[in-house]
Amino acid sequence: MIDVQNITKRYGEHTAIERVSFAVEKGEVLAFLGPNGAGKTTTMRILTCFMPATEGVARVAGFDCFEQPMEVKRRIGYLPEIPPVYQELTVHEYLTFVGRLKGVRAADLRMAIDRVVERLSLGDARRRLIANLSRGYRQRVGLAQALLHDPPVLILDEPTVGLDPKQIIEIRELVKGLAGSHTVILSTHILPEATAVCQRVVIINEGRIVAVDTPDRLSARLRRSEKISVTVKDPPPDLAERLRCVPGILGVLERTTTGGFLVECELGRDLREDIARFIVNNGWGLLELNLVSMTLEDVFLRLTQKEETEVST
Amino acid sequence: MTAAQAIVVKEVRAYFLSPVVYVVAAVFLLIYGILSYTYVVNASAQAMRLMQVQGMAAQLNLNDLVFRPTFYSTAVILLLVLPIFTMRLFAEERKLRTFELLMTSPVGINEIIAAKFVSVLLVYLGLLALTGIVPLILSLFSSFDWNPVLTGYLGLALLGATFLAAGILASALTENQIVAAFVSFGLLILIWLLGAIGSVLGDTPIGNLLTYLSFIEHYDRLVRGLVDTKDLAYFFSGLAFMLFLTHRVVESHRWK
Repeated sequence: MIDVQNITKRYGEHTAIERVSFAVEKGEVLAFLGPNGAGKTTTMRILTCFMPATEGVARVAGFDCFEQPMEVKRRIGYLPEIPPVYQELTVHEYLTFVGRLKGVRAADLRMAIDRVVERLSLGDARRRLIANLSRGYRQRVGLAQALLHDPPVLILDEPTVGLDPKQIIEIRELVKGLAGSHTVILSTHILPEATAVCQRVVIINEGRIVAVDTPDRLSARLRRSEKISVTVKDPPPDLAERLRCVPGILGVLERTTTGGFLVECELGRDLREDIARFIVNNGWGLLELNLVSMTLEDVFLRLTQKEETEVST
Repeated sequence: MTAAQAIVVKEVRAYFLSPVVYVVAAVFLLIYGILSYTYVVNASAQAMRLMQVQGMAAQLNLNDLVFRPTFYSTAVILLLVLPIFTMRLFAEERKLRTFELLMTSPVGINEIIAAKFVSVLLVYLGLLALTGIVPLILSLFSSFDWNPVLTGYLGLALLGATFLAAGILASALTENQIVAAFVSFGLLILIWLLGAIGSVLGDTPIGNLLTYLSFIEHYDRLVRGLVDTKDLAYFFSGLAFMLFLTHRVVESHRWK
């Protein structure tokens, strides 16, 4: 559905993104993950035909963003970083305007507006001036605008910024509900968001793609060892030393909480049973034992830091 | 409703939803009213004097004594008023980032510019129509030739349209509305002054060219009641050129 090949964007001397390539299948939800200024917005602006790429080809639904921008624009719903709302209009007037702008037929417009107002629970704000709405409401009006003409492709630049936790969950549910029927690219720098709603994650840093994969496989790929967290009641002072003798254990790290240890084991071996048996056989109280999976946070930090150390060496 | 029509409707509404148009229109009409009043009072004073001297008031001509000076003064006021109308058209969209919505919607840049031009032109023509009250009232109390008045209004419409096109260009250049207004003042005064420089240079090729480029002589002929296709061509090509430059400027934002 979306096919990006080797796009580069330069602003004068400054290179915002460099040879970025990725593809998104129909019905897939893809997260664009990266620190601020990594090039997420630039990539999205190229896909929405807001600006052309300096080099490379971007295609949406088979249409070239540079050659056939009208066809691309018709198929895309876009929520920019700052919701593009007119303060002097009411929500209803604004959505009517956007509908006409996007070429929604007059006969369908009323229903289209009802549908997005319902979906984003904007019912009570419908007749209010956008100038008087809170940040969260405006963000939802921006989303309503992107969904209004029911485009097959949605590009959402940080859709949950400025929302309260309840609204964030609602928006995530909404995006999940779009998966399958719509192709969605959303950018975020909040990692749990990517894990929560997306099938695949593109990690971008300093204008380059560092990794593209599912959240699970990303963390699996970057794991160098299995980590197990152990909590023991009244541990003997030399417990860490004694744990190291269990075969397969590479290292033991004492945590700041009393009785808490982080055990590092060889990759691909689950030593939980061995550790449990060892502790119980020695008569200590085993309170907790669990496998620590690498969070996307760790993956992200590792990937972006690796980049930095490579640059510095 | 097409996208371009939707933009026209929205822009015209936006003008009437903000206090700017009301304030500017009120000030404009007030100044216009005072000016025409002073010209009328002057004309009647002259009429009295002439009547006392030789009893030939019938020779007095309102076209020369009232309408022509009013048209000249109005052109100067428009120079100050119209940039206020146009300053928001692109600058505000860019400042509030709604520009991104327009540029990612299936609407061409040409349509956006044309729609914005038409919307502000409608507002301006509406304002101009309100000044029609002066000739209408005068026609109740005296007789004058309507034709030069109508060509004068045609001149004001064309001159105003060109000012608006220049204002739109200035608005596309910046995201600051004050800067946009100031740039269009500057631009319009500069084009106006080309005529002055031209007359200093006299009947030389450059002098004639500068005089031709200035609004003055083209507007002047229309106010005098002379409709020449050459002058119409001047205004239409002038505003088309401004709008073309606007297109280039808007397009260039995408590449930056």
